[in-house]
Parts: sequence; C-alpha cells; structure tokens
Amino acid sequence: MGYREKAEVMDAEAMDRALTRIAHEILEANKGASGIALAGIMTRGVDMAGRLAERIGRIEGTTVPVGSLDISFYRDDVATRLSPEVHTTDIPYEVEDRTIVLVDDVLYTGRTIRAAMDAIMDYGRPAAVQLAVLVDRGHRELPIRADFVGKNVPTARRERVKVLLAEHDGRDAVVILEDDGRGVE
Amino acid sequence: MTLSAKHIMTMDDLTPEDITLILDTAESFAEVNQRRIKKLPTLRGRTIVNLFFEPSTRTRMSFEIASKRLSADGVNFTASSSATVKGETLRDTAKTLAAMACDMVIVRHKYAGAPQMLAEVMDCPIVNGGDGVHQHPTQALLDLYTMRQSLGKLEGLRVGIVGDVCHSRVAGSLVPALNKVGATPIIIGPPTLMPARPDILGAEVSYDLDEVLPTLDVAYLLRVQFERAERMPFPSNREYAMLYGMNPTRLAKLPSHAVVMHPGPMNRGVEISADVADSPRSVILDQVESGVAVRMAVMYLLLGGADSGAAA
Repeated sequence: MGYREKAEVMDAEAMDRALTRIAHEILEANKGASGIALAGIMTRGVDMAGRLAERIGRIEGTTVPVGSLDISFYRDDVATRLSPEVHTTDIPYEVEDRTIVLVDDVLYTGRTIRAAMDAIMDYGRPAAVQLAVLVDRGHRELPIRADFVGKNVPTARRERVKVLLAEHDGRDAVVILEDDGRGVE
Repeated sequence: MTLSAKHIMTMDDLTPEDITLILDTAESFAEVNQRRIKKLPTLRGRTIVNLFFEPSTRTRMSFEIASKRLSADGVNFTASSSATVKGETLRDTAKTLAAMACDMVIVRHKYAGAPQMLAEVMDCPIVNGGDGVHQHPTQALLDLYTMRQSLGKLEGLRVGIVGDVCHSRVAGSLVPALNKVGATPIIIGPPTLMPARPDILGAEVSYDLDEVLPTLDVAYLLRVQFERAERMPFPSNREYAMLYGMNPTRLAKLPSHAVVMHPGPMNRGVEISADVADSPRSVILDQVESGVAVRMAVMYLLLGGADSGAAA
C-alpha cells in the first residue's frame, strides 16, 4: 500500500456512541420510526445502516426496513473508471412516499451521494431523502450536506479517511491515512 | 476489475476471470431488469451501432434493449435498407461508421471473420453478434449465466450439445466457453451434421443421444439450420425427431435436476417437441431473459474504464 496510518480519530467506543446518537437524531427529526427506511451505500454504508437499524429497533421497539444500494452504474466517471466490484442493489421495501435515510461511512466530494439519490429515485418517489454519515471530511464538489453526522474531521485532500468495521477489519475505528511518499505500488 | 479484452469476437478473447466478471456483473443488471424503471444512466451519450447483415430477432432486440437500458444511443443498421444493397463493401461501411464516431459496434454477418475485419478499420470495441458458422460469444455467455442460475455452478457440469453441430456458431462458442469454466461439453448428433473432425473441438463426441442422456446436467438442443445445409442432411424431419429430438420420453431419461436449453428460434417438432419446450424443465425463456443482462454487462465492461473511453 502507498498509505500509512497517521492518526486514529475515532475508537470503537466513540463510534458506538456516535451511531447511537445518530439513531436518536433520526428518530427525533422524523418524530418516530414510522415511514422511515434506511438505504446503506455499498459496502460500508450497508454495515452501518444495519447497526443504525438495530439501535433504532432497540429505542423504539419497532423494526425499520434496511436496503443496500450499489451506485456503480450511476457514477459520473464510468468512462474513466470502473468500479472495483459491482454489487447487487437490494431495496426490499416500497420507496414511494417513504422517508429514505441514505447511510454512508464517509462524506467527501458528494458525488457518491448524488449518484445514490439518482439510484433511489429510480425505485419510486420518496417523501424525503435524508443523509446520515459517520464522518464528514469536507472538500465538497456538489451542493450536498449531511443531516446526521457522527464526526466532522478536517482533512487534507491528499489524506484518506478510512472507517474500519469489526466485520471486515477486526476492529471498529476511524483512521486518517497519509501518503507514505513511496507512491502507489 | 476490467476485462482483459478490448473486443469480444470469439470466446478465445476471454479468460476464465473475464467470464466470471461478466457473469457477476450481469447479476447486478438482472436486478435492474426486475425494476419498474428499467433504466440506468451509465452509458449516457455513448453511441452503439447494431450492424446486422443477417436476419435476427432475439439477438438484435436483446442488444437494442440492453443499450437502451444503459441510456446509450442505439442505432440499428439493417442490411436490406442500406448502402449494402448498392454494393458498398463491409470495409467502407465500417469506415463510414468510424467517421460518425460511434463508441461500439455489434456485428452479425454471414461470413466468419467479419468482426475481425471491422476491428482492423475501427478503433472502438467490436462485439460479435454471430459470424457465419464460426462463433456467437454473447450467446455462449448468456447460456453460461443461465446454467449458473439454474444449477448453481458451472464447474463439473456435463452439457450435451445436441444436433446440428457443424452449422452451429452457438456450438462454436459454447464448447470453448464450457471448457474455460471447467465444464464438460459433449457433442451429440448424426454424422451428417457433425464437423469433419469432431475430435479436435475439445468436446466428447457421441452419436447416441439416449445413451448419454442419463449423465447430463444440461441438454442443449441446437436448431437444425435448414437454410445453411447444402442438401437435406437427414431423410425426414420425423426420423430426425425420433433419433435426436427431445421429447417427453427422453426428458424422463435425464437426471431430475437437469434442464433443457435451446438458443432459439425453435423448430418445434424437429429438435424439440412442443411439450418439452413449454415444460417447467425448459429454461429457454430464462436464456432470453439472461441475454439482456449479459449484454448490458458486456457493454458496461467494454465501454467503461480509461482505455476505451478516449477511443476515436
């Protein structure tokens, strides 16, 4: 890899608390869980959506439907870049007239969210679309903002923010990676 | 991940990894085809030309639907209403298309090698939609996809390819495709419809369908191509149906999990009886359905990525 870990900005407890707070904020903003559905953006947003749904379930005693969204086919850079791996989108609920909460790990340029909004609209006309992210690292290139943010992390463009999740990486944490100067191998 | 090939002219262009990538990508597109709004913005602004010098219903429509669902601009060329009837050569037609800056050409032609000739004159990716009695690679890919969906795997499958092997570009692509994914092709048919050297195709060879049936996972019936045969290759349709046609008696000899496939269009009553074609064991319409998703995957993978994006 051409990157080394520069700093850990969230540990497992901080992530846990942030997700619990976001779950409360989603319920507060929407006056409860009825009419809400979550849509996680592949791949880490899906895991986060699952965690949020579990917390919402615990707080309200109801289940909120969770879907997964692959935005590969909606990207604005298909001509220059293929997605490393295309996954199947699975939206197991009616989008029409629901409040859809898009869930992603890191909000950066906003282009992924633009694509995700287009993708979800192809399933129907939602009553509203909201956005929950664990980390907002700035550097927006589109007029997009998150409704629910775990942590704002100021970064430089050459840095990378990586959300580590126990199910993929063995531990929960948010780390900032920095170019190690050796270039990309 | 990207394809190692720039064109898909024969199955030789694709590695086993390419095949898996195409089939996996097609699975995502199959989901799109179930939606109410079956359209993605992925290839917006790209021009895909369907260059069909031979009659075709399902292949041309399948490519056309695939390009429309990806928001590409599909242009249909039909030989009978074009400059071809005024004597324009294939090379000049290709140069004309290249000058109009199309991004991809799907070609079907009665002569083997026509796609290769187009690739020499044009910079864009070329997909073979069937060339003479040579190859029809997207058919083989959709067949692999259908087998994987109905039987859960490809490796180790025994696939009997029955009938008019010598005139079949479907068999020409399916035999190498099955070998690449670790399945076993078995070609079965009357000697008059076998190629001159069946042993060099890379398939097991049999002339007795009834003997092979119990060992098969897939019975793949080929269309008898009366229009390509120089003379009638067997005494009567009835005799062919009795010896090599799929009927309920033969269906019963297949293992219970095995499926029946046919590339279409069918000669009902010749290579396949109507009740088998319409039975639940037949996945013939699944093949047609898979065709759209597989062709979407081929277009997406050939037109995405940095290399082909800047093609003239």
